[in-house]
Amino acid sequence: MSIAFLLNGTPVRIEGEAPTRTLLDWLRDTRGLRGTKEGCNEGDCGACTVMVTDAEGSKALNACILFLPQLHGKAVRTVEGVSGPDGEMHPVQAAMVAHHGSQCGFCTPGFVVSMAVAHLNGATDHDDQLAGNLCRCTGYAPIVRAAEAAAGEAVPEWMTADRAAVAGFAAGEAGVFRPADSDALAEWYLANPDAVLVAGATDVGLWVTKQLRDLRPVAFLNGVEDLKGIEVQGGQLHVGACVTISALRDAVAERLPSFGELLRRYASVQVRNAATIGGNIANGSPIGDGPPALIALGATLHLRRGDEMRSIPLEAFFLEYRKQDRRPGEFVAGVSFPEFAPDLRCYKISKRFDQDISAVCGCFNVVVEGGVVTSARIAFGGMAGVPKRASLAEAAMVGKPWVETTVEDAAEAMAGDFAPLTDMRASAGYRMLTAQNLMRRYFHDLNGVPVSVLEVTP
Amino acid sequence: MSMGKPLPHDAAPLHVTGQARYIDDLSFPANALHLAFGLSSVAHGEITGVDLSAVRSAPGVVAVLSAEDLPDMPDCSPSAHDEPLLAVGMVHYVGQPVFLVVADSHLAARKAARLGKVSYRELPALLTVDEALAANSRFEQGPVIWAKGDASRAIETAARVVEGSFEVGGQEHFYLEGQVAAALPQEGGDMVVHSSTQHPTEVQHKVAHALHLPMSSVRVEVRRMGGGFGGKESQGNALAIACAVAARLTGRPCRMRYDRDDDMVITGKRHDLRILYRAGVDGEGRILGLEFTHLFRCGWSQDLSLPVADRAMLHADNCYHLPHIRIESHRLKTNTCSATAYRGFGGPQGMVGIERVMDHVAFVVGREPLEVRKANFYRGMATPGGASPPGPPEDIWEQKKAASGDDLTSRGAALPVGSHDLPPDGRVQTTPYHMPVEDFIGHELVAELERTSDYRARKAEIAEWNKRSPVLKRGIALTPVKFGISFTLTWLNQAGALVHVYQDGSIALNHGGTEMGQGLFQKVAQVTASVFGVDVGLVKITATDTGKVPNTSATAASSGSDLNGMAAKAAAETIRGRLAEFIAEKHQVKPSTVKFVDGTVKVAGEVYDWARVVAWAYQARVSLSSTGYYATPKIIWDRVKGTGRPFFYFAYGAAVTEVVIDRLTGENRILRADLLHDTGTSLNPALDMGQVEGAYVQGAGWLTTEELVWDGKGRLSTHAPSTYKIPACSDRPDVFNVALWGKPNREDAVGKSKAVGEPPFMLGISALYALSDAVAACGDGSVYPALDAPATAERVLMAVRRVERV
Repeated sequence: MSIAFLLNGTPVRIEGEAPTRTLLDWLRDTRGLRGTKEGCNEGDCGACTVMVTDAEGSKALNACILFLPQLHGKAVRTVEGVSGPDGEMHPVQAAMVAHHGSQCGFCTPGFVVSMAVAHLNGATDHDDQLAGNLCRCTGYAPIVRAAEAAAGEAVPEWMTADRAAVAGFAAGEAGVFRPADSDALAEWYLANPDAVLVAGATDVGLWVTKQLRDLRPVAFLNGVEDLKGIEVQGGQLHVGACVTISALRDAVAERLPSFGELLRRYASVQVRNAATIGGNIANGSPIGDGPPALIALGATLHLRRGDEMRSIPLEAFFLEYRKQDRRPGEFVAGVSFPEFAPDLRCYKISKRFDQDISAVCGCFNVVVEGGVVTSARIAFGGMAGVPKRASLAEAAMVGKPWVETTVEDAAEAMAGDFAPLTDMRASAGYRMLTAQNLMRRYFHDLNGVPVSVLEVTP
Repeated sequence: MSMGKPLPHDAAPLHVTGQARYIDDLSFPANALHLAFGLSSVAHGEITGVDLSAVRSAPGVVAVLSAEDLPDMPDCSPSAHDEPLLAVGMVHYVGQPVFLVVADSHLAARKAARLGKVSYRELPALLTVDEALAANSRFEQGPVIWAKGDASRAIETAARVVEGSFEVGGQEHFYLEGQVAAALPQEGGDMVVHSSTQHPTEVQHKVAHALHLPMSSVRVEVRRMGGGFGGKESQGNALAIACAVAARLTGRPCRMRYDRDDDMVITGKRHDLRILYRAGVDGEGRILGLEFTHLFRCGWSQDLSLPVADRAMLHADNCYHLPHIRIESHRLKTNTCSATAYRGFGGPQGMVGIERVMDHVAFVVGREPLEVRKANFYRGMATPGGASPPGPPEDIWEQKKAASGDDLTSRGAALPVGSHDLPPDGRVQTTPYHMPVEDFIGHELVAELERTSDYRARKAEIAEWNKRSPVLKRGIALTPVKFGISFTLTWLNQAGALVHVYQDGSIALNHGGTEMGQGLFQKVAQVTASVFGVDVGLVKITATDTGKVPNTSATAASSGSDLNGMAAKAAAETIRGRLAEFIAEKHQVKPSTVKFVDGTVKVAGEVYDWARVVAWAYQARVSLSSTGYYATPKIIWDRVKGTGRPFFYFAYGAAVTEVVIDRLTGENRILRADLLHDTGTSLNPALDMGQVEGAYVQGAGWLTTEELVWDGKGRLSTHAPSTYKIPACSDRPDVFNVALWGKPNREDAVGKSKAVGEPPFMLGISALYALSDAVAACGDGSVYPALDAPATAERVLMAVRRVERV
């Protein structure tokens, strides 16, 4: 391995490390930059947040589940580099001091980096920008006050310098398999069908940091440019597998606002900046939030094996718990779905609103014409071993008038669609009741009755 | 004068730039080793075989230790000597350390620790309070019972009886910095230990005991913790001891930190419990008689469970005068992690119970809950501003009947027994433990909050809104707080400090308190600077160090500023006295006429720079270093009888929380919170505001999203932030109005301030009862919501269904 990136503006080259060495471990143990902290080692607390800049821009990422090869050719800025070259404080740092935004201080470097990236990008949706940073001391109010106070200050020049520097930075060969296009990936994967494909590493990272697995061979996909596209064609959005959740959210925010709102609550900024829609689907998790929405939209999944391409309805991909319709050497290339679906509603139920995995994720897309239901696609996460349609509930509606009794019939029919489990997120009984009630919520929602506690203001 | 100024945290510039060092950030010698525990996979069992050959041959492993390697097994307990460092013969919970890996890297140690093959003969595990009660598995011989009056008779003769059962969940501390320690061997077998601990003296004691050294041969240092919240009062002992044992064995520095998942599985949490209550009330909701039963799930070892459960009993009254009360407290021993100290130390559990009673009583008698609360309040302060009379003399020798080998500085130390009757005062009402409540400010404070929060008008507006909203319902509640300040183990209420003034006028400050984010160091520095009349920037804050100030109590029970502030003040005043005497003599005036203000010394019409006077004093051979000492006056306590004055004073507060719920899913969130909290004359209003805001959010988290789940095998399912949900940024109230009451403490606490670490945690209780109010709005008023905690979406939905009677 021979990985090169800019670290706080200075080129570094790393030779001979394992390709699954995390940036956090390398920063702290090898480089001796110990301002970046380990809080959870799984991407849920944000204490390890760093800024990573490439041609797409600057983003916040969790260093604890970021493998060194993912940084090849990019610029990394840690909390030490958020201060100026002569030690002058960044406006968010000064504001954090002035507004008492730190108490124990352990989460603070992560907050400071998230805030500095948001400041650089002009983002002022502070609650969303900071949803991936946990603080146990302050209750967040002084941190948000600091973010608000710093918002009007000019961006220091050292923060913008990475963008220019990275454009002129020649990193050379990475010394790991890091394909530049999907043809190279397809050929290599056919020859190495047991390999692990690493896109954002938001799940695979935990295989290393928590399960302590050795992964090899590994392919790093973040250089596969032709899988990063989002195109509109014939009323369909075609989204490449390596499109990040952040980019997908931007693409659907106005077209499919309820899907956009679901993606706002998909993990955190740091995770959305790394995680890809292809990974979210290929992973096969029954509780991923992408598939229920996409199935409700009637999405088509595109798979590739060598030179062979095939397309299937997304729901057909999920066979049973953690078993997908994917042959050895075959990978998810992309997904297509309608550009508009005015009556799509996505409901995510979790213990906490932000940065939480759904107990139940229910997505509804019912089309009513002349007062009669002409089509119904209802898909759930968290209700079965796979993301799954509520077929009986759908069947109970189609051809029926769009009235409360139809909705009640559908809710009742849904009891036959699922046999959910009890786990730490919710009981089976709660899951079923809530799934049925989401059917009722959908009816209220389309009728203009307020149904979201998030939309109530004091 | 720097005391009272809203200065930032002393380390804030270091925090925000990443320069603040935590233990894992320190530079250790390159030959340092890393440790990890191999953990029990069963909740209760006999160890039948330990095969560690794969562990020993794993890459990077230097040594592996299990019970057979340590015939003289070190103990980690802060109380009953019941926590062997490594399991001996038996395991008592999933996650108990069974063996210890010493390796050349953190990762190598973690990897190797998973390779151990330990076989068990599994035994029935007691996981719940019901199972423990049935098996009579408990600490102490039977329940602790305190009574005042005749509760049973008062209930029987009351107009109405309100009773119920209430489940209250535990809470993971989730300090952002996990448990961590390091040990560096010194010449002659001595040991230097860095430990992320709230209790350096206990770590010193336990390490000395493990190594068979006198305490003087072990020095423990802690500059700061990345959060503590009680979770580092005793739970860091095991790591420090493991490091010391391995360092002695290998002769090399040893470091240990728990990975987050291990941390959550191994270490103790806030106690969960079930509260049974039976109240006899009149038509107005006044409580005539009340019986509580607390069923505490303490886990496998005693740890600090006895004083935690005691403090729950001590807060079972909260702000309410209960003339006839009986409290029965069971401390049940189960095969789960050993529940431990957590901000409030049982107080929140006691208080959430009486607030449930108030909520339930109000529902039953059909009165506004705040009116019922006020109808039950203690009588107001008898002599506003005046301090209470001095208490009876303390008989410390009578109290110290501890077995040798105990850590006397632990809250779990052998408990004192003594009897002290307080002089009766007809006017002053007493708590269930017979302490006169002389400083009650609940009436004024709640009236002020009611006004500033616009409670009444909002309550009416919410009722109207709810009529128009079929799916979403809002709710509001005001709950008060009265929290007792002092360690209930009386002798812990002492502290020491060490102050040096150098010849250039700079000042070094050291004391027994530890910094975990609360801003203690800055507050004590402000007190010290004020004594000398200099800028706080002249005071260098130094790491807590058992080699500088000995025999410290844990930084706990909210006592940090009260105790250490007074000790530092005493030390500084000693030096200032010497300086005054010296400079007064030079000018032939009385020392009392010398003034230390604004960085100067004023004497006989002259004004000198502080540093100049210090330099002169040095040349005149005046000692510029002093220790200081403080012991809290007036307190005395008999925990067996449940009588005395365990607290120097009470800290008060109140909160109004408004919430919204979804009756279809139970989703809920806090819309607005208005807090008014009593800090006395604040030593630093900015830091105190931070404590109040942060504590509220943490308290609300305990009662809403933070749910600990164990499976049927006793395994903790919620062992990472992916599954255990502390409040995130958007969970704070949309509107968050926080104010300090700020009137001086009538007792002579440092600067007339009040302790602030724990009391505002219980302001979060208002969130639970606001949810209860919102749930009640889904029904017709005939069924009480009986909402258990934490009120997750699931529990809220189930409560909604109860009141909807579906």
